[in-house]
Amino acid sequence: MTRADFEAVIGLEVHAQLLTASKLFCGCSTTFGAPPNHHTCPVCLGLPGALPVLSRRAVEFAIRLGLAVGCTIRKKNRFARKNYFYPDLPKGYQISQYEEPICEGGRLDVAGKVVRLRRIHMEEDAGKCVHDAAGSSVDLNRAGVPLLEIVSEPDLSTPEEAGVYLRALRDIVVYLGVCDGNMEEGSFRCDANVSVRRAGARELGTRAEIKNVNSFRFVEKAIAYEIARQVDVVLSGGSVVQETRLFDSDRGITQSMRGKEEAHDYRYFPDPDLLPLDIADASIDDVRRTLPELPAARRSRFLVEYGISEADAVVLTADRVVAEFFDVVMRAYAGDGRRAAGFLRTDWLRVANDRGAADVVARVPAAKIAQLLQMVDAGTISIAARREVFALLVDAGEGDPEAIVRERGLAQTSDAGAIEAAVDAVLSANPNEVAAYRAGKEKLLSFFVGQVMKATRGKANPAIVNDLVLKRLRS
Amino acid sequence: MASLARLELSADEVDRYREQLSQILDYVADLDAIDTSGVEPLSHAVPISAPMRDDSTRPSLPPDEALANAPARDETAFRVPPILAGE
Amino acid sequence: MTARYPMGLIETRDAIACGDRRARDVCDEALRAIETRDVELGAFLHVDAEGAGRDAERIDAVLARGERPGDLAGVPIAVKDVIVTRGLPTTCGSRILDGFIPPYDATVIARLRAAGAVLIGKTNCDEFAMGSSNENSAYRVARNPWDTTRVPGGSSGGSAVAVAANMCAASLGSDTGGSIRQPASLAGVVGLKPTYGRVSRYGLVAFASSLDQVGPFARAVRDVAELLTVIAGHDPLDSTSVDAPVPHYSHNLRTTLKGVRVGVPREYFVEGIDAEVERAVRGALGRLKDLGATIHDVSLPHTPYALGCYYLIATAEASSNLARYDGIRFGFRAARADGGALALREQYTATRERGFGDEVKRRIMLGTFALSSGYYDAYYLKAQKVRALIQRDFDAAFREVDVIATPTSPTAAWKLGAKVADPLQMYLADIYTVSCNLAGNCGVSVPCGFTSENLPIGLQILGPAFAEERILSVAHAYEQSEAWRTRVPPHPETA
Ligand SMILES: [Mg+2]
Ligand SMILES: [Zn+2]
Repeated sequence: MTRADFEAVIGLEVHAQLLTASKLFCGCSTTFGAPPNHHTCPVCLGLPGALPVLSRRAVEFAIRLGLAVGCTIRKKNRFARKNYFYPDLPKGYQISQYEEPICEGGRLDVAGKVVRLRRIHMEEDAGKCVHDAAGSSVDLNRAGVPLLEIVSEPDLSTPEEAGVYLRALRDIVVYLGVCDGNMEEGSFRCDANVSVRRAGARELGTRAEIKNVNSFRFVEKAIAYEIARQVDVVLSGGSVVQETRLFDSDRGITQSMRGKEEAHDYRYFPDPDLLPLDIADASIDDVRRTLPELPAARRSRFLVEYGISEADAVVLTADRVVAEFFDVVMRAYAGDGRRAAGFLRTDWLRVANDRGAADVVARVPAAKIAQLLQMVDAGTISIAARREVFALLVDAGEGDPEAIVRERGLAQTSDAGAIEAAVDAVLSANPNEVAAYRAGKEKLLSFFVGQVMKATRGKANPAIVNDLVLKRLRS
Repeated sequence: MASLARLELSADEVDRYREQLSQILDYVADLDAIDTSGVEPLSHAVPISAPMRDDSTRPSLPPDEALANAPARDETAFRVPPILAGE
Repeated sequence: MTARYPMGLIETRDAIACGDRRARDVCDEALRAIETRDVELGAFLHVDAEGAGRDAERIDAVLARGERPGDLAGVPIAVKDVIVTRGLPTTCGSRILDGFIPPYDATVIARLRAAGAVLIGKTNCDEFAMGSSNENSAYRVARNPWDTTRVPGGSSGGSAVAVAANMCAASLGSDTGGSIRQPASLAGVVGLKPTYGRVSRYGLVAFASSLDQVGPFARAVRDVAELLTVIAGHDPLDSTSVDAPVPHYSHNLRTTLKGVRVGVPREYFVEGIDAEVERAVRGALGRLKDLGATIHDVSLPHTPYALGCYYLIATAEASSNLARYDGIRFGFRAARADGGALALREQYTATRERGFGDEVKRRIMLGTFALSSGYYDAYYLKAQKVRALIQRDFDAAFREVDVIATPTSPTAAWKLGAKVADPLQMYLADIYTVSCNLAGNCGVSVPCGFTSENLPIGLQILGPAFAEERILSVAHAYEQSEAWRTRVPPHPETA
């Protein structure tokens, strides 16, 4: 047997922190970065007598993600307590969902492969311990922050596939506005279950769980290392132990969590402080109505509806704000989608990447963008002038495109008489070049056009200039 | 059981509890006699759905109040002894 | 002053409101009673003389300005120490909460304060409300004022004693399996367990969350009804609180029982019941009949399993509810003998080992077991299914009768120490009360006689969910037809 005889089976558990203002069961803020324990109250401190009350928005977010990835939304939900002791867990239990998660089933299509989802459930985050030599400091600001745990079936077989799946999932939660997807700050975290078996074998091998991996790159590295390690264990006649392993990003290896690990018995049971949660069809429909179109669906629609290129569609659907804005622009602008796409992915995105897309949308609404596009189509302004007017509109946050064109004298001239005069002037000033052109050096055409444009300070309509130059040279 | 519940019992306590608990378990074993097939477990007597709150923030405790009862603290963090491997 | 003794809640409130008495004087009287009687009786764990005096003076000032005082203005009320009070110690009768000063008020406390009540102190109880005799208090022995060699019942023993011995006008307790009704019975006062969801649990330190309810004690049914009116009602901070209208309970009490159908469960009069208790309860049933009620034989067939079911569910929930006592954020933290710090794991176990008393540890162990993998289905889940059957029993019975009448406790108060060594024997004291909690119904205990040793006996009136008005009416009609309430426990000065 060699390494090539093995295949890996990988399942991922992702914890996505929800973008709610308040915690899952209390009114404390979820804002990141406050000094320790500044966002705590009797509920999230686990003080005697305090009780949890569920956030409606967290439930809506869970349904939103569930619908987007094709899950069945459970009508009868229940919260369960997961009991264990740790200083960052103030109540001695985590409120989670166990046998009755809010979302079941569902799938993600990644790189031509279907990854089935097992479940998505709501739970509260724990706090944070900072360790030093003398002990640990416990900060409960994060305790009670809402999470969705997204559990895949073990349908992935390579580290690369795992990476693609994770990125796709991240894109979806960000697109849906339920999570900011920030892996470094811990708002999108991943644990990987990895096992190996003889290629083609039916039964699964013993799995190890890798925890605490905080970047996409590290997830792939950790899985790759773990697969190789397990194959080595089997090849050398040993057997893989079921355990939790931590990824050491400095050394690029996974390590068993040292010491005797107590057999975990979480003693899950229905949380008696929270009644079962019934989710009505009507509220699922409400969420469905507000569900944004997902990137893949939107991409295909853009191709058909607006006739834009695949490349443009990919760029324009990567960000939800941009994609939605493109739709609005196209509703206001009756022209060629390819031209609108060209403007948005070049001049517009350059500014949006600087200032934030939402800000640019707020400053220059779609109607004005449509106007700019139409002015170019009508030959009223050049593409360069459009860029200038757009920049002015963004800076001012207001203004009328036509007024700006007028005030700044940016209108391009289509007056044949004026352009003719400029063409004649350029040709008579460059007799040698005219002779060269007529002798066959046709590349000089752009030189003449450029000179005319320069002479008219960019205001001449380049198409007309082109025609006139050709006409004169040929005569 | 004691370890799961983070209780460290003396040998004497272990003996005493073992006897008392087995007596109590004997008593509750009567429940086995009841046929509960097809019975939905009842975790709450209240037949309503969990209420939900709006996602609005409320003022947290002033940190000094949050920490006022702490046996040990460092600035506004709770302090605990070193966490040994496997804990 | 003794001419006014004993004063009830409504009587006191009205006397203060009409200027007959000053709230400050009433408060001082209660404080004096505590001072003279409580050394012996042990009803209080903390007396807030200063705060109570201040509150009373504020009420007097409000009245002097001619402003509207609240429904409990100036009434001295004691609160079981499992209910959190901002700025006042809350120990739950446990060492593990030694020194704990909550930074917030329970909803019931906020409502008492808003109604102008004067919080006189925190009452003694079994540790974390686990017990039936008050002997599991880590702090002091509570004694029955009718015979101080006997237990007052529990777990809300202190609240029952404080009212019985006239150290306050009324009090709050909590009832998970009988902890209000049973001590009310043993101490000869009225105690009500409201329907689950009727009174907010926010700030009630949890023993078993799906069973716990806060409820009132007083010397008369009308006073219990008045106090219930103040504390009942929906609370958005408690997810298990029910949004149902709150009637003015004390205004709707009846004195005749014409047409009221009273059920008597045949399973409740079996071996184990004391002959004097049975005789008194049967006598009370006869009196209900005299008042116009009809008596019906009903069956609650799963009664023999209720206690086992209760102990599995209550301890399972408790084992998890009590995990938060870890010596990190509040309360007691164990240290090494030399005062140094322990490693974390040792700190957890030593803190809990030394901080919790015997009964609490026993129940944590039982609950941990009932939830552990391999036993969950056979114990916890089975108990929940039996719980469903017990609820069905009541639903069926309440289709035939309006209320159910039973003894509250199988015996009157027993001698201190008599059952301490035998937990199962102690658990059996709750045999008549636990079913009501499992089904989520309401129940009230009202005095219905005395034993030959002059120990009070209680009659329990059970009703379906949200039928507090109905059970209070029956209890009130019965109470008014008898003279039991005129008997008072022997007073040390007069004894
Ligand atoms: Mg989780
Ligand atoms: Zn909070």
